[in-house]
Amino acid sequence: MSEASAPVAHHGPPQSFIRKHVFSLDHKVIGKQYYALALVAVVTGMVLSWLMRIHLVWPNAPIPGLGLLSKTGAPGGVMTPEYYLSLMTMHGTLMVFFVLTNAPFAAFGNYFLPIQIGAEDMAFPRFNMMSFWTTFIAFVILISAFFVGDGPPLAGWTAYAPLSAVGKDSGPGEGLGQTLWGLSIFVFCIASLLGALNFIATTLDLRTKGMTLARMPISTWAWFITSCISLLAFAVLMPACLLLILDRTAGTSFFIPSGLNISDHLQPHQGGSPLLWQHLFWFFGHPEVYIAILPAIGIVSHILINSMRKPMLSHKAIIYCMMGIGFLSYMVWGHHMFLSGMNPFSALVFSFPTLMITIPATIMTLIWLGSLYGSRLRITAASLFALGFISMFVSGGVSGFFLAQPSIDIYLHATYFVVGHFHMVMGVAAIFGIFSGTYFWFPKMTGHMMNENLGKLHFWLTFIGTYCIFMPFHYLGLAGNVRRYSAFSDDFLVPLIPVHKFITYAALFTGAAQLIFLYNLLYSRFKGAVAPANPWECTSLEWVMPSPPPWDNFGGKHVVVYHDPYQYGDVQSSTGDYLMQDSPERAGQTP
Amino acid sequence: MATTLQPPQTEKARELRPRGGNGAGGVQGPPTGGELRNLADRPGETARTGIWVALAAIGMTFAALTSALYVREGAATDWQHIALPGVLWFNTLALIASSVTLEIARRRVSAYMRERGTDRSSSTFWLNATLALGVVFVIGQYMAWLKLRSEGLYLPTNPNSSFFYVFTGVHAVHVLGGLGGLTRLVVKFRNRSLRRSTMDATSYYWHFMGALWLYLMFILWVKL
Repeated sequence: MSEASAPVAHHGPPQSFIRKHVFSLDHKVIGKQYYALALVAVVTGMVLSWLMRIHLVWPNAPIPGLGLLSKTGAPGGVMTPEYYLSLMTMHGTLMVFFVLTNAPFAAFGNYFLPIQIGAEDMAFPRFNMMSFWTTFIAFVILISAFFVGDGPPLAGWTAYAPLSAVGKDSGPGEGLGQTLWGLSIFVFCIASLLGALNFIATTLDLRTKGMTLARMPISTWAWFITSCISLLAFAVLMPACLLLILDRTAGTSFFIPSGLNISDHLQPHQGGSPLLWQHLFWFFGHPEVYIAILPAIGIVSHILINSMRKPMLSHKAIIYCMMGIGFLSYMVWGHHMFLSGMNPFSALVFSFPTLMITIPATIMTLIWLGSLYGSRLRITAASLFALGFISMFVSGGVSGFFLAQPSIDIYLHATYFVVGHFHMVMGVAAIFGIFSGTYFWFPKMTGHMMNENLGKLHFWLTFIGTYCIFMPFHYLGLAGNVRRYSAFSDDFLVPLIPVHKFITYAALFTGAAQLIFLYNLLYSRFKGAVAPANPWECTSLEWVMPSPPPWDNFGGKHVVVYHDPYQYGDVQSSTGDYLMQDSPERAGQTP
Repeated sequence: MATTLQPPQTEKARELRPRGGNGAGGVQGPPTGGELRNLADRPGETARTGIWVALAAIGMTFAALTSALYVREGAATDWQHIALPGVLWFNTLALIASSVTLEIARRRVSAYMRERGTDRSSSTFWLNATLALGVVFVIGQYMAWLKLRSEGLYLPTNPNSSFFYVFTGVHAVHVLGGLGGLTRLVVKFRNRSLRRSTMDATSYYWHFMGALWLYLMFILWVKL
C-alpha cells in the first residue's frame, strides 16, 4: 500500500494571509484552529459550570452580569430554575461536542496524523478546511441560542423528546433555542463526518514507504479507530436531529405521542415514540463517549512510552483493545435506557456487552501499570498528566461497573452517581489527555517550550481539585441526590448541601488553577524558550522535522520508515537510548 | 533529520504503474509523444477509498431512518397505508438507465484515455445522457411529491407520508450531490483534467444512489 514514488504537492505554498491563517488547506493550521475553537468552548463551558455550581449552593444570590445575559432567565441576576437547566444544557453540549470531540481528535489528530504516517497533508485538504469552518458555523449557531427569543434550550445535551420536540410550550428556550440547538448539532454532524472521512482515507492511503499499519504509533491508531467509530455514529445522529427539527417545525410526529397536554395546551401531534429518540440518540451517544476517550488513550500511551524510555509490555494489545472497545461501543447503547420503560429483558442484553467492554479497558490499564513498574519515568508536565489520566480513567471507569448492572442502576440512574462517573472519565480523564498532549506537542506546534514548573503546578492543583469536585458526586448519588435539579429543598437533600458547598469551592478553585495553564500557553507561545526539533527524544516522525514544521511537513522529501516507534532502551543507536522511526540503524525486537 | 526545503513537485502527467483491481481494467500505457490525454492518478490516490467511506456513512444514515420507520410503525395506532405514486416506477427506470449510461460513459472515457484514435464526442454524449437522466429522476421525484399533495398527503399528515417525504427527500438531496459530481466530471473531461480515480469514485457514488433507491422503493412499497 505504501508507495515509493516522488512526492507530489497537493497544494502549493500558501501566499496570502487569508490562505495562510484563515482558509488554510494546511492540516497543521486546521488542527490549531480546532484547538483554538475547543479552548473558547471549554472556557465558556467552564464558566457555565461555575454559574451552575454557585446557583446550587446559593440559589437566591444575584450573580453580577447574569441579568444582562438574560432578563427573563435571571431577573436581577437571580437564576430561575429553568435558566439553570438551560445553562446545564449548553454546558453539556459545548463540552461533549465542541471540546471532547474537537480537541483530542480533530485538533491533535489533524495536526499529527499525517505527520506521524509520513504524509504531507490529509487526503482531502479542501474537505478538511470545510470541516473546520462547518464546525465553527455549528458553534456560532449554538452560541446564538443564548441571545435569541427566550434563551437557550433546557432539555439537556441529550434533548429527550417530547420535551425537546413539542416546541415552546415545554418551557423557556424550547422555542427558537431548541431549534437552533438541533440545527447546530446537525451541522456539527456534517463537519464530523467530513473529518472522519479524511482521517480514514489518509491513514489507509497516504502512509509513507515502510510505514505499515503495524508501525503506526498508538496515537495514530487511536485517531484511526476513533474516526471509524465517528463515521458511523454521527451518521445516525444526523437523521435523528433532522427528525427532531421536523417534529418541531413541520408538525410531524416522529417522537411526540398522542394526547400530550402541556401548559394547558393539547399538543396537535400524535402517535410518535419518545423512546425512538432515545434509541437513535444513544446509538450515537455511546460511541460518542468512546470517541471522546480513545484519542486521549492513544495520546497518553504514546507519551508514556516516550517518558518511560521503554516500550509498553504489548503495544499491539493496546491497539487490539482499542479496536475491541470501538466494536463493542455499538452494542451497549441501551444501558442509558434501563429505566426508560423498554422491555426489561433487553436490559440484560445491553448489560452484558457493557460489562464486557470493561475487559479491554482493564487490559489496557494493566498494561500501562505493568509497563510503568520498574521504569525510570521522566517526570514532565506531559507525563504527569498521562499518569493522572490513568488515575482518573480507573476512578471514573470503576463506577461504570456498577451502573452497567440494571439492578443497581435502578437506584443510581439520574443521580449524581452517574454525573460523577461521566465527569471523571470524560470531564477529567479525557481533558487530562488533552493537557498531556498539549504539554508534549506544544514545542513542535509552536517552536517554543512551555514552562515546565508552571505545568507541574497546574497538574497538581488540577489533579487534587478534580478529585475534590467529582469524588463526592458518587456519595451524593448513593445518598439519592437526583441530577438536573436546580435546588435541593427536599428533606433528604438538604443535609447534602454542605457537600455541595465543598464541591462548589473546589470547582471555583480548580477553575482558577486553569488560569495558570492559559497563562503558560499564551506566554510561551510568544516568549517561551526556543524549542529544538526533538526536545523529548521521541521516536515518531513528527520529531524528525523542525519545530514548527514547514508548510509541506517533510520539505518535499519522502520519508522512509524502517521500524516501529517503540525503539527505546536497549537499542544500538547513535542518538542515545532511542531510535527514530526513519533511522536506518538496526532495530531491536518489536514487543 | 534536517530538512532542506526543496520546492515540491507539482502535478504533471507521467506514466502510471499498472493498477489492477477496482474493475477499472487495464494499464494506462506509455504516453506516446510524452503526452497523456488526461491526468494520471497520483500515487496513493485517495478518491476511491474516500468514496467508499462516504458511502458507508450514507448507508448508515439510511439504516438509522429505516430503524426509525420500524420503531415508529411498531408504536403506532395511526399507520395508514398510502399508495405509491405511479411516477415512482418511471423514476426508478430513469435512475437505473442512468447507471447504465454511466457505465458506458466510463468505458468510453477509459478507451479515450488509452488510445489516440477515438474522439471525445461519444464519451461526452454518454456522460451528458447520465446527467440528463439524473435530472429526469429528480424532476420525477418532485412530481411524485405533487401527486401526494394533490391527495392531501403532506409531510405531517400521517406517519406514512412523513416517512415517504423524509426518505425520498434525503435521497433526493444526495442525488443532487451526485448530479454536482457528474457535472464536475463533464467539466473536467472537457478540460482534459479528468483523473481515472475521479471518474471511478463518482461512478461508485452514482451507482450507490441507484442501488439505494431500489432498496428504498422496496421498503416504501412493503412498509408504507
